[in-house]
Amino acid sequence: MTLSAARGIPPPRLPAPAGALTDALFEALRQPPHTLFDLPVPDDGDDLAGDDMHLALAACCELAYRGFAGVDGEWEWEPSLVELRLALERRFETAVRAALPTVPDATEGRVPERLETLIAADDSPSVARHLAQRGTENELRELLIHRSADRLKEADPHVRVIPRLPTRAKAAMVEVLADEYGGGRPEYLHSELYRQALEALGLDGSYGAYLDRLPGVTLATVNLMSMFGAHARWRGAIVGHLAMTEMTSSEANRRYGRAVRRLGYTSREATHYFDEHVEADAIHDVVAAHDLAGGLAQADPDQADTVVFGARALILVERAFANHLLGAWAAGRSSLR
Amino acid sequence: MGRRPLLAAMTRPTEIACYPDGPLIVRGPVRLVDATGARIPTRRATIALCRCGRSRITPFCDGTHRTTGFVTGEGGGR
Repeated sequence: MTLSAARGIPPPRLPAPAGALTDALFEALRQPPHTLFDLPVPDDGDDLAGDDMHLALAACCELAYRGFAGVDGEWEWEPSLVELRLALERRFETAVRAALPTVPDATEGRVPERLETLIAADDSPSVARHLAQRGTENELRELLIHRSADRLKEADPHVRVIPRLPTRAKAAMVEVLADEYGGGRPEYLHSELYRQALEALGLDGSYGAYLDRLPGVTLATVNLMSMFGAHARWRGAIVGHLAMTEMTSSEANRRYGRAVRRLGYTSREATHYFDEHVEADAIHDVVAAHDLAGGLAQADPDQADTVVFGARALILVERAFANHLLGAWAAGRSSLR
Repeated sequence: MGRRPLLAAMTRPTEIACYPDGPLIVRGPVRLVDATGARIPTRRATIALCRCGRSRITPFCDGTHRTTGFVTGEGGGR
């Protein structure tokens, strides 16, 4: 097994632009840091899933992760870049709030019960079920490419919340994250297992390799985590996002594991990521629901609604993601950009 | 740190926690063995043991209880 650490991890190259805003932004990022002015607004008119909007936001957020080859690291804190990121985040947040059902749901009970109510009420289509039952090899590859957007930085968006959590929730978050990061063993880092799965299926496992193939609807799923994880005021939302992810992950990964095997990929490299998540996320499920989300809401009742908002926002962007993939495949089209 | 706290940390008992409608979460060093006494490998600091009897990766939990209506009752079924 080759660890990517042993090979070094170069930052990704800047992706191809997706519209007027990313065209101007990427042009600027190639130059030394300077004040951005007169940038165009995203030209897709869809703040929930537009390609230009979400590639621009993803690029702004990426500056706080690994950055881009040929882009000066000082861009991360250039005030006008930060201003752009905040403006795009506000557009996204407004669109998410507008798209959530206006009738409040899951308002009764303690936070773990409220999250269970959301799961029971979620009637989104399942990409995992489709792939397990009848997905094609090409569809499986596309799914893996889409998910590389966040799986190659799995848990990274959630780390920044740790100092913002009260005692019980903090211990639970660190317990979950330590497992995500391999419990001290680099070969078990979940992002590393995902890289191996990509390569086992003949795909490029390098970080950011597919950034310009990903539509806005996919980048929105990562931007949501990056946005919630970056702001202390969103601590409840990133906790609710993680809890909902963990509570629904074991079953989805069991299905992905079945799809991978059904399509003939039986090597440990191909299946390990998915098998690992069946077992790991069954642990994270209850720890995240009760100790993390429940623990935060117990210590800080004002955060309870924000926890539920984070979970509802996740369900919303995941539903759009699933509809996009299944719709494209049903029409015989690629779901990639 | 003096010798006493370190010793206390080393001898702190392993915790088994009951989670509502879910598995038993085990935190701390354990040796898991099957019916023949053979070691069941674990590499995690925290593990989840199946309580509903339907897991496909027993003795570990795989989340199947979610789809089978498993209910533990008060106090997480202690």
